[in-house]
Amino acid sequence: MASWGEASQSRLIGKRIARLSGKEKVTGKAKYTFDINRPGILYGRILRSEVAHANVTDLDLTRAEELPGVKAVIPLIEVGRKVRFQGQEIAAVAAETDDIAKDALRLIYIELEELPFVVTEADAMAEGAPQIRDDWKGNQSNPGTNKNGDVEAGFAEAAVTVEATYHTPVQTHVCLETHGHVAEWIDEQNLTVWASTQAVFGVRNDLARRFELPANQVRVITEHMGGGFGSKFGPGVEGHTAAQLSRMTGRPVKLMLTRKAEHLVAGNRPSMTQHVKAGATRDGRLIAYDMRGYGTGGISSGAGFQAPYVYHVPNRRTERFNVAVNAGNQRAMRAPGHPQGAFAMDSLMDELAEKLGMNPLEFRRINDSNEVRQAQYTLGAQEIGWHRRNSVPGSGTGIKKRGIGVGSGLWGGGGGRGTQARVTINADGTVEAVTGTQDIGTGIRTAIAIIVAEELGLSPTDISVKIGDSGPGLPSGGSGGSQTTASVAPVIKTAAAAAKQKLFEHVGPLLQAPVDDLRVGTGTIYVASDRTKTVAWRQATGLLGQESISEGGTWDQELRQGGVAGTQFAEVEVDTQTGHVKVLKIVAVQDCGLAINRLTTESQINGGVIMGLGQALLEERIMDPQTGRMLNANLEDYKVPGTFEIPEIKSIVFDTHRKVTGVGEPPCIPTLGAIANAVYNAIGVRIRELPITPDKVLTALAEKKA
Amino acid sequence: MDKFSYVNATSLKQVTSLLSDSGWGEVMMIAGGTDLLSELKEYIETPKTLVNLKTLPGMDSISANASGLKIGALVTVADIAMHPTIQQHYTVLAQAAASVATPQIRNVGTLGGNLCQRPRCWYYRDETVNCLKKGGDICYAVNGLSKYHAILGGDPVYIVHPSDIAPALIALNASLKIAGPEGEKTLKVEEFFTLPAANPFRENVLEPNEIVVEVQVPQPKPNTKSFYLKAREKGAPDFALASVAGVFEMTGKTCQTASVVLGGVAPAPWRSAEAETALTGKMINESVSRKAGAEAVKDAQPMNDNVYKVTLTQNLVSRTAMMAVS
Ligand SMILES: Cc1cc2nc3c(=O)[nH]c(=O)nc-3n(C[C@@H](O)[C@@H](O)[C@H](O)COP(=O)(O)OP(=O)(O)OC[C@H]3O[C@@H](n4cnc5c(N)ncnc54)[C@H](O)[C@@H]3O)c2cc1C
Ligand code: SF4
Repeated sequence: MASWGEASQSRLIGKRIARLSGKEKVTGKAKYTFDINRPGILYGRILRSEVAHANVTDLDLTRAEELPGVKAVIPLIEVGRKVRFQGQEIAAVAAETDDIAKDALRLIYIELEELPFVVTEADAMAEGAPQIRDDWKGNQSNPGTNKNGDVEAGFAEAAVTVEATYHTPVQTHVCLETHGHVAEWIDEQNLTVWASTQAVFGVRNDLARRFELPANQVRVITEHMGGGFGSKFGPGVEGHTAAQLSRMTGRPVKLMLTRKAEHLVAGNRPSMTQHVKAGATRDGRLIAYDMRGYGTGGISSGAGFQAPYVYHVPNRRTERFNVAVNAGNQRAMRAPGHPQGAFAMDSLMDELAEKLGMNPLEFRRINDSNEVRQAQYTLGAQEIGWHRRNSVPGSGTGIKKRGIGVGSGLWGGGGGRGTQARVTINADGTVEAVTGTQDIGTGIRTAIAIIVAEELGLSPTDISVKIGDSGPGLPSGGSGGSQTTASVAPVIKTAAAAAKQKLFEHVGPLLQAPVDDLRVGTGTIYVASDRTKTVAWRQATGLLGQESISEGGTWDQELRQGGVAGTQFAEVEVDTQTGHVKVLKIVAVQDCGLAINRLTTESQINGGVIMGLGQALLEERIMDPQTGRMLNANLEDYKVPGTFEIPEIKSIVFDTHRKVTGVGEPPCIPTLGAIANAVYNAIGVRIRELPITPDKVLTALAEKKA
Repeated sequence: MDKFSYVNATSLKQVTSLLSDSGWGEVMMIAGGTDLLSELKEYIETPKTLVNLKTLPGMDSISANASGLKIGALVTVADIAMHPTIQQHYTVLAQAAASVATPQIRNVGTLGGNLCQRPRCWYYRDETVNCLKKGGDICYAVNGLSKYHAILGGDPVYIVHPSDIAPALIALNASLKIAGPEGEKTLKVEEFFTLPAANPFRENVLEPNEIVVEVQVPQPKPNTKSFYLKAREKGAPDFALASVAGVFEMTGKTCQTASVVLGGVAPAPWRSAEAETALTGKMINESVSRKAGAEAVKDAQPMNDNVYKVTLTQNLVSRTAMMAVS
């Protein structure tokens, strides 16, 4: 049976190894799609609707076409159709400079007949609201319901019940590198695209379909990528447009979204509102749960969330629906549906525990059947100093009050088939690992080097890792669902093992030993039964002469495993005079399976915590019911965590087994509940609506006093 | 942004004559550009000519002596924040400057630009919204989203003045030198800023052909304590939800004179005479400072989304006063 071996035998796997591209990135040498420049490049831009809902009654591109330097103008909507959200594509231009392209957009004439719009869930659900989707009745989708056990009987058995409404607003992805492409037709039948994407092969296949080309005549390259978080799986309108403009002009076209467009159209995490009633027995068992909730994914559906979450309730009923509003549509965003659900559930758990007079951690232990998380509770509580929390919430003295809270999460991340990889050993000793995955910042490039180096007795920097390119024709899946490492690692390992085996066949005669008696050392190959017999790596590969070894791999079920548990503890300090919440410390205990690279795994946890913190305290898409516009489609009023917000983060890689599991998404889940519960523990007033901004804290404190 | 011609300034005379021919917006001055450039990029302003002030000689230094400070309009925010004399004797000013934006912006943003910067109101900054300040019919904040808007002195325009430095200068009783076609004049910084009732379109008395040249700050009495407190949602960069510049002349725990100027709550920096009265001549303690806070917001008229600012401002005023005795 294939295995990753014992920890004690690993030279590299599980150690802390610096990211291979780290130096390139911090010195600005790394080329992102934004940095790609091609001879004769043109700049593409998209004109977008500035209104939320309207009929397009006229569109005239002539004046833009006549502007010197403009090479192509195309409509992206037909007269007679509707625009249904601010940011919707109207037309696009390609020009000699970006400034000309920008000027050209302003010369496009568009006539709109404005229609009534709704941009908030409340307005959309109000009586008499204008209907904004032709395929729905009203602005609510048919509810999906789910029922288990006997809810009424459950409530009858409950000693305490809590009824509450929890809300999280729409959050946007805020990819540091906005969505975009550089498209270049090599000839009429061959298209090369540099894409800021999480799915090199996904983009290739999509573009091939769109332009009716054989897939192998489209090449997609993503050397480095500046953040996707679930929003960059396909070329989208902007990718199609870039390729089309390039085809029309016969020149390369770069088309990157503006920051504003990034907020408006490049996806978002849907909102969530839950009205929930839940009950627990005197001895602390969750017994009944009744939830009605909704969210908006903008003009699209897909606003799902987890409820109940993590903790088991035997008798439960849930009803969920989508609310459509005139706003850009949702896309998958880091652990779709989980952070929202976790915030509500973790808040609810604390509220129930308080009614029972029970320690909220104790209450969780009773209702959590997951053994990993049980162990994490113990470790995390120790790390944060759980005993220091206020046994009576809000009982601290002074202006700045501290509190401690806990939250939980779960995820899959077991990987899947669909990756092909090749490991090549050349006669000069160089080693290449090639596969069509992409490094979206999680560190798969380094992980691949580590795995190959471990297998061949080399150092990670000896391995040349070629990824983020569909050119070699070795497909791999999109980087989503925390699946990348668990999908790629087994294939890389088996490919490296196969290449090693082939090399051993050459080395056997030299060392006069059977192949299965050969082992790799550090830069050497030796005979296990007689360690005096050894050959240096470079000498061994020299035996290949004019040949190279090039081996593929297979995905091996036994090398990976899905299903992770996580828990986080937060300590906060709330300034009761200003309402400002400062997170002092987060302890994140994350079930990780086998961490190929402990350092980048920790980075991944840090990043998740920061993202969760942003959602807990700062981030919110603000839609104006008056103008139908997003008022904070920038990074001034859409506030993401900055240096001052980042607390001490204790990221604990919680090893549970030696199989690879993805952890890209789960570390952003428990943060919200942990912070919200810590705020409650500090001030004794519960804030059920995120983000927890000073206005909400001050209002809550004032209500408490009154 | 639209095309414009760019002229390097050589003298105040040249600048004021370049500005003279047109009203607002045709010819504009650029200093650090940290505010103006975003206005150009968003097409909020579309000048034909930009006059680069950075080439003006002699306007980028700080001189400090026993009678006070002279700070040229081109001095950067960072230079103010890091000046040892300012840090020691004009603490409120150094703290206010240090609270501005980020190191990058402080390094290029200037004093003149900071005082003359335009509102951050999210309707104002949106090209497609033609609100009252831009010559339209209504202030969208009134029935719209007003979390960051004014609780004092609004009507008919509810912006808050974004400058952190202005409240500090007013609290220090500073003056400002302005050059125009007819020569120079000096007025109190406090008189420089205006409320929308007087002029909804501008935030100060500057004429289209005038330029801020220098700020003069009298040296505070030796027994003076001063502080700038700024509440914000995010550490940096973030504008004030509310801020307080407090300058207190103390004898022991007794406050001889008090200057209390609020930022982030009104269309102009807002001197709170009420808070000053509540503190002057008093032994400062919890109840006196609380009273001063309450007095400061006595006339507040919050909008739909900014009721919290009343409490916040009140608390900040009290906290600033307490700092004078701690
Ligand atoms: C992200 C961000 C965060 C910020 N945060 C803060 C903050 O927290 N606090 C704060 O106070 N400010 C903040 N600012 C505003 C910042 O632009 C100012 O602080 C800066 O000092 C402006 O100076 P400047 O030289 O760059 O002005 P410019 O952009 O050059 O000019 C601004 C305006 O003043 C006019 N002007 C410039 N100099 C003169 C002069 N001598 N006489 C007459 N008119 C003049 C210009 O014509 C223009 O209209 C922030 C800005 C940004 C972009
Ligand atoms: S506060 Fe001023 S700038 Fe903002 S909408 Fe009202 S009038 Fe316009």
